[in-house]
Amino acid sequence: MNDQVKVDEDRAERVEKLQGMGCKRKRVEDVRFTQGKGNYVDDLKLPGMVFGDFVRSPHAHARIKSIDTSRAQALPGVVAVLTAADLKPLDLHYMPTLAGDVQAVLAEEKVLFQNQEVAFVIAEDRYIASDATELVDVEYEALPAIVDPFKSMDDDAPILREDIKDKMEGAHGPRKHPNHIFEWEIGDKEETDKIFAEADVTIKEMLVDHRTHPSPLETCQSVASFDKITGDLTLWGTFQAPHVIRTVVSLISKIPEHKIHVIAPDIGGGFGNKVGAYAGYVCSVVGSIVLGTPVKWVEDRMENLSTTSFARDYHMSTELAATNEGKITAMRVHVIADHGAFDACADPSKWPAGFMNICTGSYDIPTAHLSVDGVYTNKASGGVAYRCSFRVTEAVFAIERAVELLAQKLDMDAAELRLKNFVKAEQFPYKSALGWEYDSGDYHTAMNKAMEAIGYDDLRKEQAKKREAFKKGKTREIMGIGISFFTEIVGAGPSKNCDILGVAMFDSAEIRIHPTGSVIARMGTKSQGQGHETTYAQIIATEIGIPADDITIEEGNTDTAPYGLGTYGSRSTPVAGAATAVAARKIRAKAQMIAAHTMEVHEGDLEWDVDRFRVKGLPEKAMTMQEIAWTAYNSPPPNMEPGLEAVNYYEPPNMTYPFGSYYCVMDIDVDTGVAKTRRFYALDDCGTRINPMIIEGQVHGGLTEAFACAMGQEIRYDEMGNVMGASFMDFFLPTAVETPHWETDFTVTPSPHHPIGAKGVGESPHVGGVPCFSNAVNDAYSFLGAGHIQMPHDAWRLWQVGERLGLHN
Amino acid sequence: MSKSHIELTINGKKVEALVEPRTLLIHFLREEQNITGPHIGCDTGHCGACTVEMDDMSVKSCMTFAVQADGANITTIEGMANPDGTLTALQEGFREMHGLQCGFCTPGMITRAHRLLLENPDPNEDEIRNGIAGNLCRCTGYVNIVRAIQYAAEKMKESPVQEAAE
Ligand code: FES
Ligand code: FES
Repeated sequence: MNDQVKVDEDRAERVEKLQGMGCKRKRVEDVRFTQGKGNYVDDLKLPGMVFGDFVRSPHAHARIKSIDTSRAQALPGVVAVLTAADLKPLDLHYMPTLAGDVQAVLAEEKVLFQNQEVAFVIAEDRYIASDATELVDVEYEALPAIVDPFKSMDDDAPILREDIKDKMEGAHGPRKHPNHIFEWEIGDKEETDKIFAEADVTIKEMLVDHRTHPSPLETCQSVASFDKITGDLTLWGTFQAPHVIRTVVSLISKIPEHKIHVIAPDIGGGFGNKVGAYAGYVCSVVGSIVLGTPVKWVEDRMENLSTTSFARDYHMSTELAATNEGKITAMRVHVIADHGAFDACADPSKWPAGFMNICTGSYDIPTAHLSVDGVYTNKASGGVAYRCSFRVTEAVFAIERAVELLAQKLDMDAAELRLKNFVKAEQFPYKSALGWEYDSGDYHTAMNKAMEAIGYDDLRKEQAKKREAFKKGKTREIMGIGISFFTEIVGAGPSKNCDILGVAMFDSAEIRIHPTGSVIARMGTKSQGQGHETTYAQIIATEIGIPADDITIEEGNTDTAPYGLGTYGSRSTPVAGAATAVAARKIRAKAQMIAAHTMEVHEGDLEWDVDRFRVKGLPEKAMTMQEIAWTAYNSPPPNMEPGLEAVNYYEPPNMTYPFGSYYCVMDIDVDTGVAKTRRFYALDDCGTRINPMIIEGQVHGGLTEAFACAMGQEIRYDEMGNVMGASFMDFFLPTAVETPHWETDFTVTPSPHHPIGAKGVGESPHVGGVPCFSNAVNDAYSFLGAGHIQMPHDAWRLWQVGERLGLHN
Repeated sequence: MSKSHIELTINGKKVEALVEPRTLLIHFLREEQNITGPHIGCDTGHCGACTVEMDDMSVKSCMTFAVQADGANITTIEGMANPDGTLTALQEGFREMHGLQCGFCTPGMITRAHRLLLENPDPNEDEIRNGIAGNLCRCTGYVNIVRAIQYAAEKMKESPVQEAAE
């Protein structure tokens, strides 16, 4: 064996030992989770802890005439009953929302949606608390409810928010009506209108991305413990953004921030549900302050689905203009956004409609105009990003459905139309008509790879045959081919345009190397199942050459972790992942100085080799990172501070723009409306891949949630504002039986501005998956002249489409 | 409220307790016995996060009163590991195949899969998918859960294990 081979083998061995970036490292978290030793909020027990439960409104809109808590207070075991009257003197009956509105913690004069919080009962155990909620007597005078967002701004519409009815200047500019929240507008209206007036071909459709809910398997919950002696408040909870919660709690409770200790332990899924602040958190805090004992609040599933943070409810009038040859020349979108009773969207403050302006998608559309009107209705508040960056699922749904409708109108193949209009690889960085700068992409390569993998041409041939057979009455099954090609915008974000309540959306990492060469690192983000304890360690391992198994990752304790904005909008890898790499590089730079001094050479004479610095040309002269760590503490160079640690607060220069090409093949029985997904192929490009196993898992999970949203999941209201089906009996969560098989694939186009080139992946499959399923259904029915079919596409609704088209006669 | 006396075995340990007739088994386990592996995901019997073994059956403990468990033999995820503390083939399979993410469904899922494999040591994919249809997972999309159960089935063929806590 020659020397070079030996060196390479030795190097490969050392690389493998690191378990760094690019390897399918098994998850650290799983050791405790598979043994039932996870530590979730409801697992927490504190001495003297009592339980809170809400009295909720049966009405969607009603005036509260009286609240009598005496019967509840008299029940043995009840320790307190809070109403708005108790919170008002503390100025806590309203709390600020992330969107610049206020939200009632406990309803004062009116209730504005069904199941709104009216009183908070605290008792010695959860059964008594629940009993006592039924003993609180509330007298209501029912009022007419607004359920249809298109009626919110009618002249004769009842005014919902009396608390702000005279405030005609909202957080995002002037309000046109007491039930109006904001109007947000971007793009060149005049030019867009002109292009539409002169266009060869245009399409226009009302595309509804219906109201749904993220529904993680663990609901929202908190435990507050206030120490009356020291004035310290410790708050455990299901927080995707624990530091933001600490700041918000400080602002509303007036407890100084250093006296507040927010801890997010293991979280049983988030998907956007656990970003905001909820009445339950506030009431557990107030309860604990009043009583001086720990108070636990645990939401049940019905409460979760009907109160804390719905998603979507975007009604998008979407238009495209194009030439006869199929070149898209302009896009025009107007959205009515149903925000429910309070504007509690979890968007960066300057973006009341999130990043909806990514709606020009993956296409080089020269001119566009987008306007969004947010309105109040008598429904729960929220508007969270359900497994997506802010309003990106809505945006991608709009463009990907619109492109299909345009293809139909032009009688052109939908894949061909996309290929014709893609932003080309050489156009990156690409400035979109609505103001974004896409960092990198190679859409044609991804699309071509996907078309080949799925066998696109053959599928279209098969479909043509099936359609003939259907027309001849030989089959009752129709076949749909769904395509979606999405561009996401994640990793919020640069401080020039992204903040939450004024806090810039940086993120952070602090890495500390111990003298024996093992590591603890803490982040400002918070995993809810994404496997951060595993992947951040891989980044550090590769950057500083210490095995991932020797690195502990800690998140969620705001006393020890550096301030960060948390985990949502796929921002952990783009922002905190970058902070991790930068902090690690600072450590490596110091390590290099130490190594140079110790080996008595110039820094420039050293080269980095996996886990050590070597002297160039003298390969046996080297210092491993472990040796350097010991030296850093015990014999650092003169004039150098001992120790080996670094912090980085990373301010991203731009967002990242993951993309992907998805295909779905579906067979639908027109008589039953049952749709079967025959194949689903997902090609994702998330830039550099840190852990392919975890990426694949994220894609599987995101696709399953996309399948749920597109094919059945919905939060529905009747005309009186009663929420329909807020339990797992009716709310569609696919089991292993309905869930399709997922095929995954990838290309790699690194982000040029990210230290390791990674873009984030957790939400792509959801964003790309929803329109792919809907396109498959719509494509199946298109030859029958169905027009646009709204989601969700459950069997009942598809059966109705068959009825409408006269297919059942 | 008057209380009833119950006696049962939990993870191989004899337990005696006084419980209210309305106390649900899941609350009895979690609140009174400090067994927090089984979780509550829905309170309506749909999600399976609360699944435990009761007398050789998978049972949703949010749908069972503690008094119904009088005299029963109950095994939870905490009682699943091998006697020497090492992970069972199923626990290992979930880790090897990335069959979990947030971990909230995992205790119920593994408990259910354990029973499934005892009843059908060599299930095909359809049988696995139908066998876990009472357990929801919001994170994984099930593909890797199926793989995890297949991994365990293979491994158990090589060295069959005794039923836990018997
Ligand atoms: S909590 Fe028992 S089935 Fe969901
Ligand atoms: S791993 Fe999160 S619900 Fe299954």
